Amino acid sequence: MSGTPASGTTPTGGPPSTTTAQPAVRFVDVTKTFVTGKHEVRAVDGVSLDVHAGEIFGVIGYSGAGKSTLVRLINALEKVTSGSVVVDGTDITTLGESKLRHVRAGIGMIFQQFNLMSSRTVAANVAYPLKVAGWPKEERAARVAELLEFVGIADKARQYPARLSGGQKQRVGIARALATNPKILLADEATSALDPETTQDVLALLRRVNRELGVTIVVITHEMDVVRQACHRVAVMEEGKVVELGDVYQVFSAPRHGATRRFVATALKDRPAPDVVERLRARHTGRIVTVGIDEASGSSARLTSTLRAHGVDGTVVYGGITEVAERPYGSLTVELVGPDDAVERLVADLRSFTDVVDLGTAARPLDDPSVVVHADHPEEGPDPEHRSAGAETIGPAGGVRPFGSGVFGGPGGSVGGNDPAAGRHIVDGGDER
Amino acid sequence: MSWDRLVPLLVEAFGQTMYMVLITLGVGGVAGLLLGLGLYVSRQGSFLQNSVVFNVINVAVNIVRPIPFIIFIVAIGPLTQAVVGRRIGIEAVTFAMTIMAAFVFARLVEQNLVSIDPGVIEAARAMGASPLRIIFTVLIPEALAPLILGYTFLFIGVLDMSAMAGYLGGGGLGDFAIVYGYRQYNWEVTVAVVVIIVVIVQLVQWLGNTLARKALHR
Repeated sequence: MSGTPASGTTPTGGPPSTTTAQPAVRFVDVTKTFVTGKHEVRAVDGVSLDVHAGEIFGVIGYSGAGKSTLVRLINALEKVTSGSVVVDGTDITTLGESKLRHVRAGIGMIFQQFNLMSSRTVAANVAYPLKVAGWPKEERAARVAELLEFVGIADKARQYPARLSGGQKQRVGIARALATNPKILLADEATSALDPETTQDVLALLRRVNRELGVTIVVITHEMDVVRQACHRVAVMEEGKVVELGDVYQVFSAPRHGATRRFVATALKDRPAPDVVERLRARHTGRIVTVGIDEASGSSARLTSTLRAHGVDGTVVYGGITEVAERPYGSLTVELVGPDDAVERLVADLRSFTDVVDLGTAARPLDDPSVVVHADHPEEGPDPEHRSAGAETIGPAGGVRPFGSGVFGGPGGSVGGNDPAAGRHIVDGGDER
Repeated sequence: MSWDRLVPLLVEAFGQTMYMVLITLGVGGVAGLLLGLGLYVSRQGSFLQNSVVFNVINVAVNIVRPIPFIIFIVAIGPLTQAVVGRRIGIEAVTFAMTIMAAFVFARLVEQNLVSIDPGVIEAARAMGASPLRIIFTVLIPEALAPLILGYTFLFIGVLDMSAMAGYLGGGGLGDFAIVYGYRQYNWEVTVAVVVIIVVIVQLVQWLGNTLARKALHR
């Protein structure tokens, strides 16, 4: 999309530096309260955060956590109750309705249900925001053609939305949202109505929008996998509050809050649950250890060289390595076969550079420390009342293990003994996701 | 009375009916559309939420709509006098029909607009569209097919109202059927008028269905 103002601002995009002078969006102690009859619901409760220019910022939370309200405060579809929202240097909470319309025109938005106009063709849908912005007719046509080309549905220009698949509709939605060269794109559960494969396509398109056009994207989702694949930073919301905020890789490797742990567990299913561990011990005679794989510890190559150095055979029996924020992350559960003292030295050596969970053998089983914590509190299920309590309970274990403690460590972590998906990873070191 | 003399009278009656129906549909249709839009945009949760405007229109519609038309004509006599200058005649009847049609159509419009996906309206707001632009470029186009069917329904209702015009000396097909059919024991005249009305209704309904299908891109 040459000649567009957006392409001139941040041509390369990608993960931005944190030293950006002015945040794309700044929330300062923002509260939004809805009053329905006698009930008062605090949808957003004292949120302060910055969305950096040029990044893909994720906001994750369960339904009702306030994330959809939060994103609507950015384009003032909802007005704050208190606090201020600063968009691109302008405090929009003080603006009148007609000025707000101008601000909105500079912020694109895409939706879970696409929200295309069924009475207009694909081309007319994309042209709509240009009409609102007062573009002359000839320029509109050229811009629409360019946008449809960019999102890859140029051949559907004259179709009506009813004839399109979900993925195609969302592409139209993205083309429409980008029409007026916005600096910010808000994606409200944009992939939640799509199948897994289409979700990948749409996320890839969003990453391209960010990288090639330099558009700052705020992604609202309840799927940690979306955050894992698309976002640079993430805020975890619960009951209107931001309970955790940080670099996606850090949040994945060291989740602090209970809610974060559960979200991380849904996206990573690399660690064997207790019942899986039992079956692994029964099937394999050697010592079973789970070895963390991440960028800092130097990937699985270092595992291989360490095994060789100690003359121990290692067989991968479970695990998974995937990408988190475009960097490798995961764990491998390995059966170690060799002289007892060599295995002992090997494990000590591995511990020096990465996280190791020793699961022992069938004769001498060892428990995963985080599972012990879990077993001490059998009454703590995934019910909402225990969400925040879980963070404290698991605290020490999270500190011992530099990463991955959330996989099934947190109370109510979804990778429990009854998780059917966990079994698929047996003897699979690759990335299934 | 022979058909030689009846036919010119029938043609005149047909013309009177068309006059009443078309003016009512034109003026009442526009007024009803505006009232219906007013109801929709002012209702709770809508983008121009305003309980005063909503309640005024809502109560007015609820008062006018259930009144049998023959009683309504008489009841608004003073208003008709003030606006048209007389209480009888085709203009007086057309005035009463227009008022009634506007209130009936207001409710039909409101019902059809309610079925629009609110997400589409939110998307237009997010693009910076003004309320007026949303009304004319989102609400009406998105609800066009049901609006056409509602308008077709209104046409038939208005044709029905026009049969009462004879009571105020308004003429029309209804009056013709009463005067030259029923009162003269001329069964043929009554049947002829019924056939004409049925044909008109069929044609209009066919036209409405066709246009609605074209407007519906599913």
